[in-house]
Amino acid sequence: MSEFRFAVNVLPKAGILDPQGRAVEGSLGHLGISGVSAVRVGRRVELTVEAPDEAAARAVVERLAGELLSNPLIESFAIERPAHAAGVAGG
Amino acid sequence: MTRIGVVVFPGSNRDADTLRAIEIAGGEPVRLWHEQASLEGCAAIVVPGGFAYGDYLRAGVIARFSPVMRSVTAFAAEGGLVFGICNGFQVIAEAGLVPGALLRNRSLRFLGRDVLIAVERADTAFTRHAQPHRPLRIPIAHGEGCYFADDATLEALERGGQVLFRYVHPDGTAAGDSGDLDNPNGSLHAIAGVINARGNVAGLMPHPECAIEAVTGSDDGLAIIRSLVDSAGAAEMGTAGVPATVGAAS
Repeated sequence: MSEFRFAVNVLPKAGILDPQGRAVEGSLGHLGISGVSAVRVGRRVELTVEAPDEAAARAVVERLAGELLSNPLIESFAIERPAHAAGVAGG
Repeated sequence: MTRIGVVVFPGSNRDADTLRAIEIAGGEPVRLWHEQASLEGCAAIVVPGGFAYGDYLRAGVIARFSPVMRSVTAFAAEGGLVFGICNGFQVIAEAGLVPGALLRNRSLRFLGRDVLIAVERADTAFTRHAQPHRPLRIPIAHGEGCYFADDATLEALERGGQVLFRYVHPDGTAAGDSGDLDNPNGSLHAIAGVINARGNVAGLMPHPECAIEAVTGSDDGLAIIRSLVDSAGAAEMGTAGVPATVGAAS
């Protein structure tokens, strides 16, 4: 068994109202920044999976992302292998 | 007396009022801890408000996987009556027992105040003692109550009569979309609560259990709690407490 580090990025789906993204956009003027649009605020979850190989580990992450970490009605997710593990040894 | 279960998660905070409301409405309230799988022979289950498991990740999602909710989901699949209030609505929506999802309020603010809602129909297990389109004064207390479903689902809900509760103006007409203060959280179609197609599971964002006695400002919520208690009693007796189906949508 090996350990595999993954990150799951969860974002509100296109067309879903994102009041947090809108609030961030609304504050840009106060910083004197212009030309920034379509801000979406989501969530990033990093985790380590113990599995025989990467494909098996990824299957676990797929299930976790679809059933728990995101709500498929309103959110989409993308799975990646972070280049540098954040906050844990190994990975 | 008909036993009505109230699920208690770590972080539930409306359970005591819900238990009390059930008692006042003539039922026997039963507290069901989240780690137990038994529903203790209850004829209906209420998933109450609060912040189950701290609302971590997404409101309601962790609670969905608790032992008691697995039993509640199976109970609902057999036609048992399940009513989710506020955070309980979020839990049963996450569990897929009713369609849609509850998003962050459009204002991004937590809202705690009285609102006006009306039932759309009185021929359901949850509304039999209410009068359609008559405004009920009921408090809200939530940060994530903006009802969302995609266009096809919304259309099916409207067509199938599954929009059970709506935010309304004082004259009983439906509130508008965002920007209308009578629609406090910006819910699509001013939806405050929905019922599943089978007619045995409903969710409601405002708190009827907090509007039970006039001395606290309103007793408009009692009609809803009494509806549930009496329907559970009828279901227990094997009489028609629940219409076979509410609509065609799922």
